[in-house]
Amino acid sequence: MKLTREEIEQVAELAHIALGEDEIIELHNQFNDFIQFVETINDINTDDVEPTYYLLPLKNVWRPDQHHQPLAPDEVFHNTHEHDGGFFKVPRIL
Amino acid sequence: MVEYEAVIGLEVHVELRTKTKAFCSCPNEFGSEPNSNVCPICLAMPGTLPVLNKSLLEYGIRTGLALNCEIAHFCKFDRKNYFYPDLPKAYQLSQSDFPLCLHGYLDVETDLETRRIRINRVHMEEDAGKLVHGEGNADYSLVDLNRGGVPLLEIVTEPDIRTPEEARLYLENLKAIIQYLGVSDCKMEEGSLRCDANISLRPVGTDILNTKVEIKNMNSFRAVQRALEGEIERQHGLYETGESIIQQTRGWDDVTGTTSLMRTKEEAADYRYFPDPDLVPIHLTSELVESIRKGLPELPAARKERFMDDFGLPAYDAGVLTSSRELADYFEKCVSDYHDPKKVSNWVMVEFLRLLNTHNMEVRDAKLTPSHLVEMLQLMDQGTISGKIAKTVFEEMFATGKKAGIVVEEKGLLQISDESKLAEMVEAVLSAHPEVVEDYRKGKGKALGFLVGQVMKQTRGKANPQMVNKLLLERI
Ligand SMILES: [Zn+2]
Repeated sequence: MKLTREEIEQVAELAHIALGEDEIIELHNQFNDFIQFVETINDINTDDVEPTYYLLPLKNVWRPDQHHQPLAPDEVFHNTHEHDGGFFKVPRIL
Repeated sequence: MVEYEAVIGLEVHVELRTKTKAFCSCPNEFGSEPNSNVCPICLAMPGTLPVLNKSLLEYGIRTGLALNCEIAHFCKFDRKNYFYPDLPKAYQLSQSDFPLCLHGYLDVETDLETRRIRINRVHMEEDAGKLVHGEGNADYSLVDLNRGGVPLLEIVTEPDIRTPEEARLYLENLKAIIQYLGVSDCKMEEGSLRCDANISLRPVGTDILNTKVEIKNMNSFRAVQRALEGEIERQHGLYETGESIIQQTRGWDDVTGTTSLMRTKEEAADYRYFPDPDLVPIHLTSELVESIRKGLPELPAARKERFMDDFGLPAYDAGVLTSSRELADYFEKCVSDYHDPKKVSNWVMVEFLRLLNTHNMEVRDAKLTPSHLVEMLQLMDQGTISGKIAKTVFEEMFATGKKAGIVVEEKGLLQISDESKLAEMVEAVLSAHPEVVEDYRKGKGKALGFLVGQVMKQTRGKANPQMVNKLLLERI
């Protein structure tokens, strides 16, 4: 499998990353090298192997529906200056 | 001329009334101070670990069972990736290829037939925060993350709905079921039930699926019905003039009663789902599912049947009374203390619902309790008040919460059953209207009603009507 240049551009757009022409070419090559590397795995016969959705031998982990104290207001905004009247402030959308 | 039919599918999001959020222990509350129900997990701080709320899973299974779904033996959570400021992780925890519930259905009764609407899936996910846009031309938006991480169920139908009315009926039924289950309050105005619709048209008799249009922002069941009606007309017009339908998302505007093209979030089609590595997969045993099934309450359809069988109510009455669990409970409390279910049904369906609607109130807000109604009905049976006066008493009880006996006393509404007193009034009315008496004697039956009315008028409705009737007939 090989990615097309358009796919690289689309992934960049979805990730909100602006790429220059040089970067598109470089990443295009790197992506395809990497995919080729990973494709080796296709040579392994997995007919008798269950699909893997999770790597650790864990299932059914849940917690009881009980309150914990949420953060105090000064802790909520501890990592930002961008807040106003109890809200986070972000650049206007739409 | 080609006749068209609509092909409609609905996607409903229901906010669950768990105590805490889906993956952290913050309170799940509506209307708190902004950002007062947040913690490192729902703020998406690096290094935090979400853990599934057991109630979310249980509520999901309950809902799936009530909608006749198969409950998956295996399911998992996936990341749905997109950038939007109401989503601090830049992904929503949702379920993609292995949802909790599959292949259910919900039957709805139209005037003509029972229609089975198949449910494609029910899956668990989390809600996003709330964006408040800055005033005027402000260059910022404000974010409240209290709703971020609140548990949701997404319930998706197959495109089995054929008319806007069926869509509304489906939603009403779904809401009733979810309320009976006690998993959500389904308040569309508070956003705890939200509905998007997909709709296309096709020539009747074919089974093709044409280009569909998505409609969003509908804020009531009525709005869903109106928006779909409008969209059918719009698409029909396009087909008639040979134009093609373009796949798009349209937003409903309740004020103008129309939809318009919506700008959508980026190239949303590509959410790049992948399994969430923080949340552990879920393997459900049949024992667990069956134990939850045993705990299901009686659902609206079953309760309606029982109301018809046990109380001898007409299907219409039983349907109205069981449309909400609270109303059905109210009715059952009344009939446990009163012998005539149909009489109770009439008062609850007509007067009680009318007053609730006029005052935009819920059953639980009413000061008029079942014991108020039962006492009033007993006063009617004893002849203490007439049916006409009862209506006044009912309204007064509804407004003040005072008991029927007290209202009757305070307002002087006691029925006049004193025969000699009524006889005097009857005599006076007869002598005042000799021409009407003459009419009656000539065979005009209606004339009697006029004379009864005159007596009722003089007593402001308090005269015992049977007695007035009897006294008039004796003297005429
Ligand atoms: Zn939290």
